[in-house]
Amino acid sequence: MANSRIDPATGTETVGHEWDGIEELDTPMPRWWLWTFYLTIVFAIGYVIAYPAWPMVDRATKGVLNWSSRGDLARDMDAAEQARTGVHEALSRVPVERLPDDSALLAQAVAGGRAAFQVHCTQCHGSGGAGSQRLGYPNLNDDDWLWGGDLRAIEFTLVNGIRAPGHDDTRQSQMPPFEGVFDPVQMEALIDHVLALSGKAENNRQGAQIFADNCAACHGEAGGGSRALGAPRLNDAIWLRGSTREDIRRQILNPRMGVMPAWENRLDPATIRMLAAYVHSLGGGEDFIAKADDPAVEVDDRP
Amino acid sequence: MQAEAALGRAILWFAILLMSIIVAATAADHGFAVQAGIVALVALVLMMMSATRFDPVGRARGFFRMPEGASRYDDDVIRWGVIATMFWGIVGFLVGVFIAAQLAFPQLNFEPYLNFGRVRPLHTSAVIFAFGGNALIATSFYVVQRTCRAQLAFPALARFVFWGYQMFIVLAASGYLLGITQSKEYAEPEWYVDIWLTIVWIAYGAVFIGTLVRRHEPHIYVANWFYLAFIVTIAMLHVVNNLAVPVSFMGSRSYSAFAGVQDALTQWWYGHNAVGFFLTAGFLAMMYYFVPKQAERPVYSYRLSIIHFWSLIFLYIWAGPHHLHYTALPDWAQTLGMVFSVMLWMPSWGGMINGLMTLNGAWDKVRTDPIIRMMVMALAFYGMSTFEGPMLSIKSVNSLSHYTDWTIGHVHSGALGWNGMITFACVYYLVPRLWRRERMFSLRMINWHFWLATVGIVFYAASMWVAGITQGLMWREYGADGYLVNNFVDTVAALHPMYVMRAFGGLLYLSGGAIMAWNVWMTMAGRLRDEKPMRDAAYDPAADRPLPAEPAE
Repeated sequence: MANSRIDPATGTETVGHEWDGIEELDTPMPRWWLWTFYLTIVFAIGYVIAYPAWPMVDRATKGVLNWSSRGDLARDMDAAEQARTGVHEALSRVPVERLPDDSALLAQAVAGGRAAFQVHCTQCHGSGGAGSQRLGYPNLNDDDWLWGGDLRAIEFTLVNGIRAPGHDDTRQSQMPPFEGVFDPVQMEALIDHVLALSGKAENNRQGAQIFADNCAACHGEAGGGSRALGAPRLNDAIWLRGSTREDIRRQILNPRMGVMPAWENRLDPATIRMLAAYVHSLGGGEDFIAKADDPAVEVDDRP
Repeated sequence: MQAEAALGRAILWFAILLMSIIVAATAADHGFAVQAGIVALVALVLMMMSATRFDPVGRARGFFRMPEGASRYDDDVIRWGVIATMFWGIVGFLVGVFIAAQLAFPQLNFEPYLNFGRVRPLHTSAVIFAFGGNALIATSFYVVQRTCRAQLAFPALARFVFWGYQMFIVLAASGYLLGITQSKEYAEPEWYVDIWLTIVWIAYGAVFIGTLVRRHEPHIYVANWFYLAFIVTIAMLHVVNNLAVPVSFMGSRSYSAFAGVQDALTQWWYGHNAVGFFLTAGFLAMMYYFVPKQAERPVYSYRLSIIHFWSLIFLYIWAGPHHLHYTALPDWAQTLGMVFSVMLWMPSWGGMINGLMTLNGAWDKVRTDPIIRMMVMALAFYGMSTFEGPMLSIKSVNSLSHYTDWTIGHVHSGALGWNGMITFACVYYLVPRLWRRERMFSLRMINWHFWLATVGIVFYAASMWVAGITQGLMWREYGADGYLVNNFVDTVAALHPMYVMRAFGGLLYLSGGAIMAWNVWMTMAGRLRDEKPMRDAAYDPAADRPLPAEPAE
């Protein structure tokens, strides 16, 4: 090159071009750079031989390892399925209320139920099962149960849902709206009484009378609620939809009632059983008491 | 004549104004009407200015204290580009800090205009296309003139490119806040904005290539290869990825020409090469001119620049499918995306080597010259993120990293470290020369900017690495009993401290930008801060001119 010179600082020759004062040295490419580049090319060639790579006329080359991401996934899923089969079979053999007798199986059911809960239930009940008073999703950590808190009752709720549309066996009940039924004085008296049931207000004679006439049929004389009807217990400190006067008034005038889907056709029976075990384990689970030992006594066999 | 020209312009603006009003009145959706209203407003203002022969650009030139008189090179549009780079940079960083805060504190989502979904593309477009794009356009006009020893080929078209590009940014950004998006990442603007950008981009290509054709140098300098690759490839990527059928020509919505996995692949072919050709090739072009100029040293290796340029250009374009590992994309395409990304490692590093080793014989300047210090840090981050990229494209690594904040950390170590730092260095190089000042107002403030930005990046990248790996491990964590352990919400809760740290890092980076804006402003005003001197590259205004030699002045 005509204009090339030796750069004094590095002792390297320049190429001889110059642009706006910028020159270029004729340094050879660093060897380590070149060899690493070659190495990545060799790796790439090896990889495309081993794995699916080149698109041909109607399909791509399969690669000598015969690996595919679908096959890989199927293998993983199979392995996971296999690992669970034992538990699933054991669960299907044991009546749900007998689960606590086998503590190892119960522990596995609770773990599996926890994982299923995180996927299917947290959207409403929250990741810790604490529910939401604002939105009316029940807290599952306390011992207050709308429809029953033993393993069989919980499983029944899971299978059939609550007010699940289009499901015949779903848990069903309805609170009538009292819009326009009471005058304001009566309304305030009723609210006083509802609050008084749990000691949050003074007794109110008029309210008690209104309650006895309109509410006690479902919620009980003393506000103890009814699990057969899913009527919430009113004489404890736990409130489904809030305990302010405004919350109570709204709920009397235009009651909102919870809906939970029936999981029967969405989840397999073992997963539902595990969910029941998990919810039962959260803190408020009740022991199952066998009824109808005496066949002469007629009972509702719905849990 | 002048009056007639002004009248002609006023009539043109009036016609556009009338058309925009008609479009706004008959628009199929609210967003489109507002966008047409913005165009109408711009046309109205320009019409009134033409009619009253008020020259806003001339006034603003006075406001920004741009040098008077004819320049040897056509630098006026470059000055505007530098100002726009600064402005959009600050906007982009600010919006970035805001959305980082939104992620840590979701209460900051203000519906509907300032929710995360709308503000996030505002951030990405503001930093990539507004800040980065203006820096690329401005520096490419600067570099191509100097290294070709020629003036810009089509001066009027160059001005159209600049102002047209700002119009693109305004339409895109206001569209995002109005909820207009075609939901393609980094290509969110809808069909009409895409068409406008295509027109602007073709004009940009014409100015750049025209200047190359008019060069007085026998060879084309390496920086111009990179600029050319950037301009040509971005045009191709933009047009193909945005092929769409508008629902109505009076509405903002459109349907993509591609569907399903083909759409996804086209999108990531675009998305990855937007990184490759916009943020890598374009900024390497800046590096190839400004690093040797500031270091006052020859480029390390001509041969390396040839090999790494062609291998980079050839390999980058195939690497897009690595964004779609473990998806519905066929295995063979995933394989190719991965191996091309792995082979891309050394070609990317070629640029870093050539930049860093250009300092051979001038390494002492890292201690004394804050601009060189920024350039070196930019190249270090470039090297780091171009190693990290191929690594993340390896499928087994990707299965952990994909969809996690690791990706965000990776992008920002490149964007804040490489693109941001090299742009700051170029602006610090350009402003004194473009405004004919002795030096920047303060070199020590450049040093402050350097440290704030560096510490900010460390906070950002480190917190996102930790967050990403935490997230990936939590998602895939199985208990001994064979069931997933964590809920998605659990991972979000676990990441909260990292999100706060990230926002803090962003705040440091923003404050560095604010210092820069002040420094640039004072330099424009012609002030010099009284301070202990630091080293700066020499500048000979007499030599900074096109060939052939002009008559003596």
